[in-house]
Amino acid sequence: MATDDDLMILGVGMHPWGKWGRDFTEYGMVAAQAALADAGLAWTDIQFVAGADTIRNGYPGFIAGSTFAQKLGWTGIPVSSSYAACASGNQSLQGARAQILAGFCDVAMVIGADTTPKGFFAPVGGGERKDDPDWLRFHLLGATNPVYFALFARRRMDLFGATAEDFAQIKVKNSRHGLDNPNARFRKESSIDDVLNSPVVSDPLRLLDICATSDGAAAMIVASREFAERHLGSLAGVPRVRAVSTVTPRYPQNVLELPDIATDSTAVVAAAERGFKDSIAYSAYEQAGIGPEDLDLAEVYDLSTALELDWYEHIGLCERGGAEDLLRSGATTIGGRIPVNPSGGLACFGEAIPAQAIAQVCELTWQLRGQAGARQVEGARVGITANQGLFGHGSSVIVSC
Amino acid sequence: MSSLRTQVPAVEGWFTTPTDGSDPVLIGAQCGGCGTYVFPPRAAWCPNPACSCTELAPVELSSRGRIWSFTENRYAPPSPFVATDPFEPYALAAVELEQEGLIVLGQVAKGVLAADLRVGMAMQLDLGVLRSDDEHDYLVYTWAPASEGAA
Repeated sequence: MATDDDLMILGVGMHPWGKWGRDFTEYGMVAAQAALADAGLAWTDIQFVAGADTIRNGYPGFIAGSTFAQKLGWTGIPVSSSYAACASGNQSLQGARAQILAGFCDVAMVIGADTTPKGFFAPVGGGERKDDPDWLRFHLLGATNPVYFALFARRRMDLFGATAEDFAQIKVKNSRHGLDNPNARFRKESSIDDVLNSPVVSDPLRLLDICATSDGAAAMIVASREFAERHLGSLAGVPRVRAVSTVTPRYPQNVLELPDIATDSTAVVAAAERGFKDSIAYSAYEQAGIGPEDLDLAEVYDLSTALELDWYEHIGLCERGGAEDLLRSGATTIGGRIPVNPSGGLACFGEAIPAQAIAQVCELTWQLRGQAGARQVEGARVGITANQGLFGHGSSVIVSC
Repeated sequence: MSSLRTQVPAVEGWFTTPTDGSDPVLIGAQCGGCGTYVFPPRAAWCPNPACSCTELAPVELSSRGRIWSFTENRYAPPSPFVATDPFEPYALAAVELEQEGLIVLGQVAKGVLAADLRVGMAMQLDLGVLRSDDEHDYLVYTWAPASEGAA
């Protein structure tokens, strides 16, 4: 039964992920039109636009809400624009949700699109900035994003006995999941040997362990229960957003996270028992009143293969240190107990930052509607997304039908 | 020619650069109210939400600690990192300081690579040359395996 606190997902749409280097708004328009068509609504029906910012496109990117409102044709409606790095799409969804649950509007568009340069992400903007920690981590340390992914991967190896083959198996699994996903960029099966023969980028991670940067766009049309009932007649089978977690860390954050050069100190205040990344999904479970045992599938942020293993633990699929066994058991493969990244994940998509957290929710929507084709998780009724944006942005969404 | 270059820190106030042969140390900041530590150092605003103190004072941090995790870069990081040409792989280590409950990420001393490291290994602070121009060697703190009996 939908409640007044639920947000109904009326439509979702994406522009396929790839690498074309075109204006990001072109991708966004395709996703927006697809989401509107999926919802059976016209742009002029939309009462609010929540845009997720893209930072490499100057100010039209920084003001994504108005950029897309203008591109779709000004209708006078209010907009918002959010930046939370990889969690930007999640913050946009939360913005639209807050507007709708507060009664300020009934139906909103959530949208994010990106176009990305080749290679490593580097600090945006030129010039020497010795007071900017993001600039300093590159300048003093050469601490690229894969460096941080590698620190987590190495800890799994030295503390829990993870192997390079375990990491490769994540890529193998996700590449199979995404084979027939029309929105995925990489639709080619990878073998363990493909991964192990790819060059080491940041030890122990190899090129095929690390997600690429991609162009792409995702959009959603979300509405109040009342609007959805009026529009659809019945809410049976309509996916609804049960929870959106936007938590930040609690002091002291004692895990070294992107883009920090050092952690907080635990000398005076002891670290909390539940760390930041555990708290992301925990907050979503609390909101939805469910637990990990209720899930049918999960879309988690596999920026690297090894990080997917961390997420198994952070979202409560297994105990700390149990992720390798869970993977090896086949439980997280489609057909298993709790498939993870049936979309193919970032392994098949690459990352289009402001679109990615929205794309995760699009996948849950298709899965819960039974529209996921060859990658369908049978009988999927409850799903979770998990993601973390650098600078301390937690992101998790629970959708059920 | 390198002897003609002056050695200067690549960033001000993060570590000492002794010329008398003594060991370099990291410089953090300590809160005058609750006593917590911060690195990189700053002069104001304690990060502890339960502490309202606004003044932090510079403090020397432990020069030893144990590896929390490590990696090795096999490709040249992008600018503003200044890479050697040809690029030489180097390791990075996140080291948990002995006393302050801080984990500090740093480059590992030249020539020590990932195969030489493991989580939990004892490390000590060192200095290395980050980059050079005609007049200066720019120094940065590094982590090196601790000498026998240390840590």
